[in-house]
Amino acid sequence: MTANFTSWGRPFTDAKMDMYGGDITQRYQLGAQQLAATSDNFTEGVQKTQQPIVTGTSVIGLKYKDGIMLAADNLASYGSLARFKDIQRLYGVGDNTVIGAAGDMSDFQHVQHELESLFIDEYCNDDGHTLGPAQIYEYLSTLMYHRRSQLNPLWNAFVVGGVDPKSGESTLAYVDLLGTTYSAKTIGTGYASMIAIPLLRRLVEDREEPPNEEEALEIIKTCMKVLFYRDARSLNKFQVAKITKSGADISPSMSVETEWGFAEGIRGYGAQTQ
Amino acid sequence: MSSIGTGYDLSASTYSPDGRIFQIEYANKAVENAGTVIGIRVKDGVILAAQKLLDSKLLVPGTAKRILTADMHIGLASAGLRADGKHLQTRAREECKNYRDNYMSPIPLKQLSDRLGSYLNAYTLYSSVRPFGISTLISSYDKNGPQLYAIEPSGLYWGYQATAVGKGKQLAQTELEKLNFDELSMHQAVFEAARIIHLIHDPTKDKGFELEISWVGKDSQYKHAHVPAQLYDEANEFGRTQAESGRMQE
Repeated sequence: MTANFTSWGRPFTDAKMDMYGGDITQRYQLGAQQLAATSDNFTEGVQKTQQPIVTGTSVIGLKYKDGIMLAADNLASYGSLARFKDIQRLYGVGDNTVIGAAGDMSDFQHVQHELESLFIDEYCNDDGHTLGPAQIYEYLSTLMYHRRSQLNPLWNAFVVGGVDPKSGESTLAYVDLLGTTYSAKTIGTGYASMIAIPLLRRLVEDREEPPNEEEALEIIKTCMKVLFYRDARSLNKFQVAKITKSGADISPSMSVETEWGFAEGIRGYGAQTQ
Repeated sequence: MSSIGTGYDLSASTYSPDGRIFQIEYANKAVENAGTVIGIRVKDGVILAAQKLLDSKLLVPGTAKRILTADMHIGLASAGLRADGKHLQTRAREECKNYRDNYMSPIPLKQLSDRLGSYLNAYTLYSSVRPFGISTLISSYDKNGPQLYAIEPSGLYWGYQATAVGKGKQLAQTELEKLNFDELSMHQAVFEAARIIHLIHDPTKDKGFELEISWVGKDSQYKHAHVPAQLYDEANEFGRTQAESGRMQE
């Protein structure tokens, strides 16, 4: 894709020409002036992130009676290799917010550091205010959009969950590497947006009343189980974060019972001969 | 006045013939006229207490704080020119962030003292600037335990078990020397700090003041914070009555 916005959405052959046949690649270059000002012998060699390297798979989240519940497994993959099996992908920001991260884990670590810095800055003001989930989400989505606008995205999809301790208002929202944002009663990133969202919608959103804590945990476990069955980059070892008005709690790692007996009967894949 | 300094005090970059730098000594004078700040280091944490002299009765209580925060685990309180104290907080904040960005861990207080010491020292080397008119106590609790340092206008810094700077320094230090730091809990130290600040305040001579107390350590979840309102009220009341009964006996 070209950075030249006049070419966007046009067939490739036309992309270089304006309506009079002039070469527009020489014009309207976004940031061309800055590029010229900051360029040196190494400018040609500079590459921005073009793919994630060590990655985490999906994060799921739902609203329940007392607040927000998030879950993410403990795997960080290196390509298809299950490289790190004890990585925490849920990160508490202050006492009332947890973010769950999918995508590049080093970018996630960078974001954790940024948020920590932000939080300390606010703490040092010592004015009685702290950042609630709504503020942290706003900051994060601005950061993500800013980075994608520099064509240097942080390669993540984040789910932000939290409850404002004063108003009791809960936040469950999503932001990804494009700066796309939305909030909903149930959220799943990546694979979970295909596999877990239909389940979550049926189990959470179709109910009359929101689930209580026990039911919510069961729903989370059901989804994590299905994700483990279907997602080849997942692990049956995950953590669950509960955020209520009284604070956030990230559980120790847990797993779910799985049943693989049916695999015996599958034909058409693998090494079996009949 | 004309005899003081006799021309050798116009710049921080000029020695007097007997090897003194008057600008630094004048900066220390600014400290000596300021409301007292004390720091107490006990087993589980560090307490800072400040006597905030009230320039006006119209000031809103609890505002314009003298005890400031530089990082989650670091507090600082300056005696002297208030604006210089605020500026040093800004610098301390940058140093703390810088350390975190580079080393991904909270800055040890010894490191911060060194960096701030160097910063203050730089303002004693040039004719175009004046030294900071503040002595600053900094407190922290980290993996090395509780720590307390004091930084002087010259840039010198020292680690302390307990110390005081400002107007009531002498009396406060005499009182601090009587304390048994191995036995004191953070909670008790808050009360002692309140007592000492009230004790050094002479209501017949001095203008009104507001007590400020902060702590960092076990009781504050290892974060630097002003003590909770209830504890503050208790300690303030305790300090006031103790100081009053002390004056009655005299």
